[in-house]
This record gives sequence, structure tokens and C-alpha cells, in this order.
Amino acid sequence: MDRAATAEKIAALIAPFNKKEIAVTDATTFAGDLEFDSLTVMDFVAAIEDEFDIIISMNQQAEIETYGQLVDAVVKLQG
Amino acid sequence: MTDLFSKFDPLIQMRTDLLSTGVTDPFGLVMEKVISPTVAICNGRETILLGTYNYMGMTFDADVIAAGKQAFDLYGSGTTGSRVLNGTYSPHRDVEEALKEFYGMDHAMVFSTGYQANLGIISTIAGKGDYIVLDIDSHASIWDGCKMGDAEVVPFKHNDIEAMEKRLRRIPEGAGKLVILEGVYSMLGDIAPLKEMIAVAKKYGAMVLVDEAHSMGFIGPNGRGVAEEQGCLDDVDFIIGTFSKSVGTVGGFCVSNHPKFEIMRLVCRPYVFTASLPPSVVATAATSVRKLMHAADKRAHLWENSRTLHKGLRDAGFQLGTQEPQSAIISVIMPDLERGAGMWEALLHEGLYVNLARPPATPAGMTLLRCSLCALHSAEQVQTIIGMFERAGQKAGIL
Ligand SMILES: Cc1ncc(COP(=O)(O)O)c(C=O)c1O
Repeated sequence: MDRAATAEKIAALIAPFNKKEIAVTDATTFAGDLEFDSLTVMDFVAAIEDEFDIIISMNQQAEIETYGQLVDAVVKLQG
Repeated sequence: MTDLFSKFDPLIQMRTDLLSTGVTDPFGLVMEKVISPTVAICNGRETILLGTYNYMGMTFDADVIAAGKQAFDLYGSGTTGSRVLNGTYSPHRDVEEALKEFYGMDHAMVFSTGYQANLGIISTIAGKGDYIVLDIDSHASIWDGCKMGDAEVVPFKHNDIEAMEKRLRRIPEGAGKLVILEGVYSMLGDIAPLKEMIAVAKKYGAMVLVDEAHSMGFIGPNGRGVAEEQGCLDDVDFIIGTFSKSVGTVGGFCVSNHPKFEIMRLVCRPYVFTASLPPSVVATAATSVRKLMHAADKRAHLWENSRTLHKGLRDAGFQLGTQEPQSAIISVIMPDLERGAGMWEALLHEGLYVNLARPPATPAGMTLLRCSLCALHSAEQVQTIIGMFERAGQKAGIL
């Protein structure tokens, strides 16, 4: 799947967690802008993992702060 | 200069706000005198202890005390050294023998605490390129063990067999896998469906580590824990346990049937680079562990206490962590930290000590009053406790 298609799917998965409905760009941060707490992170990561049938380990999650970084990581993890 | 402590400001503020309401500091209690495993003097008042991990009431057992005193006289106050250098005395070997007997396993390795047992075993066996799949509600010592090692760490939703299986299925071919579970989860007092979970782990070729800290001595026909109770102990590769709960002293351990297990003594840094337990401590532990093998009556009474308290609190209108009592921990869910602290203090004034637990130790941001029962709580004490909860609940506006 190319980056645009991956980005679109991830954007759709973010929607239910985006309580304040802020506009998401590549620079949007999960902790800061979207205010994800650790429970939300767990549910959100599980949703991404299930959608793309991948694992995003905690080690990899630690490197991902923004939406753009997540899209890049998911593109890479799909191989 | 950046003050390295500024990161703690939010917590300092939270504590200041809480204490400014005039509530007694729930994390500053001192026991002035300990009368028995179930009663102490706190703030000059006789207090029933319902927040210790003294599940089997071994701390004042006459044989246990005698073994400790004898070891003091024979071996002195401490070893002043590591287990692998000058810190292994015959009582250290003896307590490892006692653990092998207790679990019916080939190998036992004793650490200075249970925290270090998890830290050491997990960080040592799961290395670079390996995967650790663990329950999201795992104890801090398990998380720290993961952090200290180089493995990929993959958590799954609490007790969710399907979520665990999905993650195991996605791990790359050929990678080493370690699944980490607990028998009893100590915050809500719920148990894991170990039999089903371990079967799935084995299907994917994972090794399995189970922390049975809160079940030892009490759950299972021989008190070996939840895995024994559910008939899957033979499929567990590593059991982690502690002496700081049912055994009634301090120390941690790992037991295993792995044929190469003994190499751990040389490669496990939290075992090597710290001093061994004092001889008196391991002597009390050995005596206590052996007595726990024959404690069926105590186990039965503890279950009865757990059922009575669970029913009493539920009938009184409290919201509990589990629908049915599953362990010796009964968790009472509080609406928020402030009212939780108020209730905790009201109970203390009644003469009852319970544990106040709050995030990040608790799941889902909950504030909990955790009650842990002891086999030596009398049936009468349990009734007294229920009455105290009812009065304190009215006073604190929980009921
Ligand atoms: C599940 C679990 N594992 C390990 C430990 C650590 O035990 P210890 O007190 O011996 O360090 C605890 C105790 O807090 C625990 O609850």
C-alpha cells in the first residue's frame, strides 16, 4: 500500500479518538495535540495493528510522536 | 540551570492539593507496634490490618521466628557479598531446596527481592531480536525488566486471549518469544485464564513466565498458585515469586525445569551485582515455605474470609473490582482520589488499615481501596471490618 492510501486509512482510524476533532496534519502530535493518554494509545495502536496486520512494539512506539512519523512507520512495517 | 526536579511538579502539586484538604497522608502511615499479623498500633490506636500481603499470617509463626534467631546466632547478621562470591551460605542453598520441594521443580534461584527476580530473569532471557508479549496490567517490576533488556516489547489488553494471539501470530518467523502473565493481578484481585493463554502461547512456540507473587501458599491444591489450580503448571517455563507476601519475609525467586537454568547464576546481573539476603531472612523463608506446603486448613479459612468480605461489601453497596472473589484481594473502587483518600482516612479512624492505590499503579486511572485478607483474620474480625466499611462509607459519602 502506498503512503497516501496508508495515510488515509490511518486518518480514518484516528477519527474516533480525535475527541476535539482537530485537523490532523503530518506534524500533529499524539500526546500534545490529540491529548492521547496511555489507555487511548493502547486502543489506538491495537486498531492500527489489526488494520494492517502488523506489530508496533513499544520500542518502535517510543520513536513515533507525530501522525507523519506513524504513517512512515506503518508504510515501512508493511514491507 | 534546569532543575531536574521540575518534572515532578505536577505530582508535588497534586499531593499539596490533596493534603491541603486536611486529610491524613495516606502514604505516610507508621506502625508503632505490631501485635500480630492482623493487628498493629497506628497513631496510638489499635488497628486491624487489611492492607498487608501477609496472606498466610507467617510473620509471627513460632517456628519461623526460631529459625531466624538460630541463623542469626550461627551465621551473623549479613553476608556482605554477592551470591556468586562470598554470599552463599548453607541457608541460601537450603531455601532453594525448599522452593524446589514446594513447586516440584528442578531449579530454584533466590534473589534479594521479587522486584529483582523479575528484573533479572526477564532482561536476561529476552535479548535483542526477541519479542516479549505481556499483559498491559503487568506489575512495575515486569515492565522494568522489559525496559532493562533489549527485546521488542508488545503489550496486549488485560486478560484478552484473542489480543494476545494476534500479536503472537504477527511476530516474525524464527524470533524468540517470551509471554509474561501473572496468576493474580494485585490491583483488582482478578486472576488470569492461564490454561487457555498458556495453550495459545505454546501453540506459537513461546516460552512462558508467570508471576505468582499474590497466589503462593494460597491458591492451588498445594498452594503453588493459579497455574497449579488450573492444571497447567507443567507448561510454565518460569515461575517468579516473592518471600514478601505469603512467606512473610523478604526476597524473590525464580523456579524452572529448564535444563540450562543454572547458567542464570552467572549471566543475570541483578543476581550477581548485589548482596545476598541475610542468613536469618533465608532461614525464616525456608521454614515458612516448608510450612506452607501443609497449610490446607489455613487456605480454606482464607478462602472463607475472602468470600465473606466480598459478599459483605457488595451487599453494603460498594463497587468491587471483581464480580466474584477470585483471590485474597478484594478491591473497592472509589469515585476519585479525593474521596478515596477521605474514605481511607475514615477507615483509619474506625481502626482499619487498607491500601490506597492510585494511578499509575492502577488500571484505567482508577482509585482503589485494596483489602488483602489474612488466613489469621478471625471470622469475627471480618464481620467487624464490614461494619467499619459501612460506617466509614456513610461518613465519607461513598454509600
Ligand atoms: C506481581 C508482583 N511481582 C513482583 C513483586 C515484587 O515483589 P517484592 O516485594 O519481593 O520485590 C510484587 C510486589 O509488589 C508484585 O505484586
